[in-house]
Amino acid sequence: MDPHLISDAERRFRGGTTVEARFEIPRPGFSVTVLFGPSGSGKTTALRLLAGLERADRGAIRFDGTAWSDADRGVHQPPQARDLGFLPQAYHLFPHLSVAANLGYGLASLNAHERNARVGELLTLLDLKGLEARHPGELSGGQQQRVALGRALARRPRLLLLDEPLSALDRPSQLRLRKELRDLLRALDIPTVLVTHDRAEALQLGDRLVVMDQGRVCQSGDIQQVFDRPTDPAVARILGVETVVRGRVEAISDGMVTVSVGPARILAADPGSLGAHAFVCVRGEDVAVERGCGPSPGTTARNRLPARITALHHEGSLIRISLDCGFPLESLVTRQACVDLGLAEGDQVCAILKAAAVHLIPHD
Amino acid sequence: MAPGMDWQAICLSLELATLTTAALLILGLPLAYWLAFSRRRWKFLVEAVVAMPLVLPPTVLGFYLLMAMGPRSPLGRAWEDLVGHTLPFSFEGLLLASVLYSLPFMIQPLAAAFASVDRGLIEASWCLGESRFRTFFRVIAPLSWAGILTGLVLSFAHTLGEFGVVLMVGGNLPGRTRTVSIAIYDQVQAMDYAPAARTAALLLGVSFLVLTFTYALRRHQRKPWTLI
Repeated sequence: MDPHLISDAERRFRGGTTVEARFEIPRPGFSVTVLFGPSGSGKTTALRLLAGLERADRGAIRFDGTAWSDADRGVHQPPQARDLGFLPQAYHLFPHLSVAANLGYGLASLNAHERNARVGELLTLLDLKGLEARHPGELSGGQQQRVALGRALARRPRLLLLDEPLSALDRPSQLRLRKELRDLLRALDIPTVLVTHDRAEALQLGDRLVVMDQGRVCQSGDIQQVFDRPTDPAVARILGVETVVRGRVEAISDGMVTVSVGPARILAADPGSLGAHAFVCVRGEDVAVERGCGPSPGTTARNRLPARITALHHEGSLIRISLDCGFPLESLVTRQACVDLGLAEGDQVCAILKAAAVHLIPHD
Repeated sequence: MAPGMDWQAICLSLELATLTTAALLILGLPLAYWLAFSRRRWKFLVEAVVAMPLVLPPTVLGFYLLMAMGPRSPLGRAWEDLVGHTLPFSFEGLLLASVLYSLPFMIQPLAAAFASVDRGLIEASWCLGESRFRTFFRVIAPLSWAGILTGLVLSFAHTLGEFGVVLMVGGNLPGRTRTVSIAIYDQVQAMDYAPAARTAALLLGVSFLVLTFTYALRRHQRKPWTLI
């Protein structure tokens, strides 16, 4: 069976910039595809190609067996014909309309009774009850975000496009809403394409990752696969230097969480709103390496993991040590420290990391 | 009723201004939309033509209109065959001339208002399934109310006060083409200063009132001090 969405389209701008939207969504139903990359990498343009707000100069976009766009045959379905929900980064709520009128804006084909019923459902679903008569200017950022999301969902679209849905909010709201957003998308069972430049947001919300840089798609696939095996250094640089592995939450007590990753158990601070699984993120500079792995009484580091050195890479005055402790882990140490310990490939060592340096991102 | 004032001319001017404004609104909405959103390379030519009446002397515009409406032009002949009388020196001819003469006073505020509507709002409407036509009436027009109001008021006031074009195209036929500005001119020529003063004061008052009303409604807009 063909993938649900196949996009291989390109938009060329005057001045030579080219942006491509090249990825797939394999199946209908709930899944979140994250377009990830630094600002200016073309994520938003790729999303606008999907929406039909930009016309492709090359290639085609097919959704559920229909050609949305095919440059060779001159096909370009306008946004009105694509049956999608689009949440722009700046929300773009209609300032002259009330919350209820904004939510019901796309429902002109329904009669007043059905429209009111649908708007009522959205008000309940998005916790906007009591705000229906307000205008967008009288809402907080979080309320505006929910109205914009509700407006995009009102027509029960077949594909949802979210452009940096949380970036206009303050940090605490972002963290709270990430979980809520993914739960909501799962309940609605709509395939979603989401643009973000925030790695934690990508990890928490996404199932599939499309890494973009300078208008090009560098790599795409299952989110864990992309973090595990970046195809080239450019992708690794965009993803950051962290080790990212998926683990199972075993126990939570006293604000500390035990997560098992393969055979290893890692202790970390509880970030809150954890489910059964989480991504464990560790920065290379937070991992120390020691010879011998007996219990050491003289350290505050909570995690001591037996490991084997699989590779050593020179990076200027630093050395990147690739470790296998049941899962791949990277450590960044000075060249001098490496020489003093006489570390070499194949050595059995102990990887040490402070619980405070382990960053957990909920992912269910 | 004040004695000596030419009420027939005043009523004719009001009728002309109302019909001209209505015609300009119907013509102006699509034309201003095109000027605001078209990406044609030759758009600037249309913009220049629309702005012409701002700089052209009314007598020059009137002269060409007279030539275009005359019995020797295709337009003039077609009109005469159709309705039985000539276009110049008739109310219809005056209406046509007024529409052209006041065109920029409607088009420019409309086009400026349409162009300043956030593109993202228009795209949001498209993505919610609304056609370009419906998006215009549901998003662009409501958000451009100040520009539309300005266009209506300026067209009305400008038509009410026009003189040169009326004289060239309409002449001075009581009840058909004698407008209030021509009545004032006639009264002054006849040294009839008292009614001229009263009529002039009436025009001054009306103009001041409509502009005050417009600025008052617009006072919360971003640039309330520029009408165009």
